[in-house]
Amino acid sequence: MTWIAWKMLTGNRGKYLGIILGIAFASLLIAQQSSIFCGLMLLTTSQIKDLQGADIWVMDRNVQFIDDIKPLSENDLYRVRGVPGVQWAVRLYKGLSRARMENGNFQQIILLGLDDATLVGAPLEIVAGQLSDLRRPDAILMDESGYKQLWPDEPFRLPKTFEMNDRRAVLVGVCKARRTFQTFPIVYTRYSEATNFAPRERKVLSFVLAQAEPGSDLLEVCRRIQERTGLQAQTRDQFARTTIMYYMRKTGIPINFGITVLLGFAVGAAIAGQTFYLFTIENLKQFGALKAMGAGNLRLVGMILFQALVVGIIGYGLGVGAAAAFGVAVKDSPQLAFFMPWQVLAGTGVAVVVIAVLASLLSMHRVLVLEPAVVFQS
Amino acid sequence: MSDATPSAAISCRDVTKEFGSGGALVKALRGVDLDVYRGEITLLVGPSGCGKTTLLSVIAGIMRPTSGSVHVLGSDLGTLRGQQLVRFRGQNIGFVFQQFNLLPALTAAENVTVPLILAGCSRRKAMAQAEALLGRMGMGERCRHLPSTLSGGQQQRVAIARALIHDPSLLVCDEPTSALDAHTGHSIMELLRSVALESGRAVVVVTHDSRVYDFGDRIARMEDGRVTGVDERGAVIDGRSTAQEPARL
Repeated sequence: MTWIAWKMLTGNRGKYLGIILGIAFASLLIAQQSSIFCGLMLLTTSQIKDLQGADIWVMDRNVQFIDDIKPLSENDLYRVRGVPGVQWAVRLYKGLSRARMENGNFQQIILLGLDDATLVGAPLEIVAGQLSDLRRPDAILMDESGYKQLWPDEPFRLPKTFEMNDRRAVLVGVCKARRTFQTFPIVYTRYSEATNFAPRERKVLSFVLAQAEPGSDLLEVCRRIQERTGLQAQTRDQFARTTIMYYMRKTGIPINFGITVLLGFAVGAAIAGQTFYLFTIENLKQFGALKAMGAGNLRLVGMILFQALVVGIIGYGLGVGAAAAFGVAVKDSPQLAFFMPWQVLAGTGVAVVVIAVLASLLSMHRVLVLEPAVVFQS
Repeated sequence: MSDATPSAAISCRDVTKEFGSGGALVKALRGVDLDVYRGEITLLVGPSGCGKTTLLSVIAGIMRPTSGSVHVLGSDLGTLRGQQLVRFRGQNIGFVFQQFNLLPALTAAENVTVPLILAGCSRRKAMAQAEALLGRMGMGERCRHLPSTLSGGQQQRVAIARALIHDPSLLVCDEPTSALDAHTGHSIMELLRSVALESGRAVVVVTHDSRVYDFGDRIARMEDGRVTGVDERGAVIDGRSTAQEPARL
């Protein structure tokens, strides 16, 4: 009977395309908005992922996410170094500073101060200049998109001098870095320089980056650090999750995207449901004839579910395909974040299944309660 | 017809059918007694609203009577439940509808295959049978045509082929000629007559087209939910007396 269901479905091209477009629209909106949301969430963890070289982030007990800086004392660094299982531990400064450009404009920047001796957390890819230049006085590195933001349409010209917090800063290199949630330029420098560029505070140590001894259990080392220092210690992945969860819980971002996703779901379900229902109503006599000729309810429900499955699969494919195409198109855009993990595809798939089932439920009900005697009504 | 007494394919006894309740109660059938025989065409005739289509629906097992008994091809329809009744219809009854009710997206041959597909036959085998049957009915060249490209008469031929493809013992036809012109209606009735006589199946036709009365072996007249009389090729038997002797109308 599936081929009869298929022919019935495709025989009415207008409605067939209408149902598919409804589902495609819903899956496009759901997949695209969810992917932008995931992209945004991913941006919040950019620096955690960029600062490679250490397994463990140690911070104040009350820190909730990466930009929630609660400075530590120098003693905290030494206490972390004394925890069994910790191979080494270094300082990291992270904060906001203000750059004053040659033209007198001011620009907020993200300032990262790396350990003077080891430069742990330094960017992995330098596109202009050299990492070793960072050891020069007042030297800083800047991320590529930050450079393009401050000096648009200008090729990399080094060194460049400007002011940060009324102190001379010399740009000696340009590096690759993931875009951040705030989209401010990112400036890397040595910890000792960063404390000069940063506004005056009693304590300036933002994080301690620690490396566990080879072969040790990271979670166990984190637990030990917390137990012995009273500080909070998390692996890189844990800290990324903590940061994402903060934005999920404390900001309106999930709600705003959730509303759009829900709207997409509702509109898609309404279009697909209404068109599918009308399609069934148009074919009610045919279903009645099939019923009279010996087609049981189960078989007719199977036909409707098959039709819903077909339009669901095609609509889903078109929708997520278009969303993926959108993602490819905006891949290099500095304004749009897009990340489509398998969970988005799976979630969209589930939503499409729900839409298809909802769309077919009314139709199924009409066919189930349909008296086959309807075929004798002229 | 042979002189031997034909066996009753359908036997209705004191069949009633009511719709609604209270003040809105409608008595569509009020104690119908009727026998229909194999190898004959029985016409159900009468004015609109007299209960012809309701009786046909009850006979075809697509509507249950409020009371009374209906035996079709030896089975008491009242004892068949749900899926049993669906299966019984699929195996034993062929349907011809006033508006043909062909599936518009299927070709003529594909429409004819539907009862075989419902019975579990493979699509390839069903198509071969359907094309052969349509060929015998003079529709061989129209097998691959969609219903929308066929004339009314051709569509009704396809519908009759669909009703016969699984060789049912009972054919029920609802106003099979009312959507057709006189000439086409005549040829459709001839086709139905040959079908009934050739294979010994019972054919019940609801009609109020008096031009087709000549094709009926029996004409059951209905009025106000009752069979008031039966014409049997020239003889008229009073409705009340047939109720007392229902085995032979």
